Amino acid sequence: MYGRGLRALSLATAATWTVALGLVFFYAPLEADQGFVQKIFYVHVPLAIVSLCGFVLGGVLAIQHLRTRDARWDLRSYVVIHMSLILGVGTLITGSIWAKASWGHWWVWDEPTLVSFLIVFLLYATYQPLRFSIEDPERQSRYASVFAIAAGAFVPLNFAAVRMSTGYVHPRVLGDTSNLPGPMALTFLVSLLAMALLYATLCKYEMTAKHARGQVRALRRKLSGEAQAQGRSAAPTLHSGSSGPSPAPSPRTAGATAARSAGASSAAPATSSTPAVGRPGA
Amino acid sequence: MPALPLHEAGKYVAAAYVVVFALVLIYVAIMAIRLSRVERELGELLEQADRRQERENAPEDLARPGAAV
Repeated sequence: MYGRGLRALSLATAATWTVALGLVFFYAPLEADQGFVQKIFYVHVPLAIVSLCGFVLGGVLAIQHLRTRDARWDLRSYVVIHMSLILGVGTLITGSIWAKASWGHWWVWDEPTLVSFLIVFLLYATYQPLRFSIEDPERQSRYASVFAIAAGAFVPLNFAAVRMSTGYVHPRVLGDTSNLPGPMALTFLVSLLAMALLYATLCKYEMTAKHARGQVRALRRKLSGEAQAQGRSAAPTLHSGSSGPSPAPSPRTAGATAARSAGASSAAPATSSTPAVGRPGA
Repeated sequence: MPALPLHEAGKYVAAAYVVVFALVLIYVAIMAIRLSRVERELGELLEQADRRQERENAPEDLARPGAAV
């Protein structure tokens, strides 16, 4: 059950966000150099950290999927990367706003931190098209896991490379150069916790929704007494009642037969387990 | 660059926080659409189950004395 503990997690997220916003605007002092603009720091940096950690986590979950062949690990890896991409969009937009306010430019191409984050983001932006381009669910999940592991290993390497580069225009938050005073550090840590909780909550929502949708689909199949055609989808397919290793059946065996009998093409995004890229249909 | 005055910096800070809020809001809206779709599908399945139950009960009703009258 993916929905277990969702209410408590949602409440904890809301409470932490309330505290974090209160600290940002009423407790943390104004930074001497940047002034009020520095308040963006408390949302931009947690977004970036949680997003990058999510990408790495996606790789770790993908390793677990390859080890166990359990479709649930693939679903977790998929959801975690999906959410990190959304936070990545937030990081890029808030970073651009901050750059405009403090440097006078929306984007600076010779700044290693910005460009490296964009590279990581664009790399992960190919994750969903990669999944969608593979029709066989088993191969799709396997290839996606390999991609998630390789890309997940690239993230810390990329981070280290940027740290070791010479250009230090972008402010450093964590490390030797960090000299945040106490109230600012506390506000930052609470903001980071709030962002991590939001991320965890959204991931849990997404997994619960996908699981519920899978169960409804399984119920429909059971009631109609026939196998439904499984169309192409970027999202992993969870089979209801599966608790162990259960790779999805190949559409060339089960799905293709059902598709022929239903008069539908299995390659068309007609019936999918989730509407991430493929649309559910009749 | 020197620090921006509050009236200028305020719009940038507001924009950054609004972006995060909007992203979450869009996500919640998408989730709401998905939830309503699941609700609709469950309603259809319930109707399907009712019809099936009626079909299964129908021969029993016909077999009872006086049912054909």
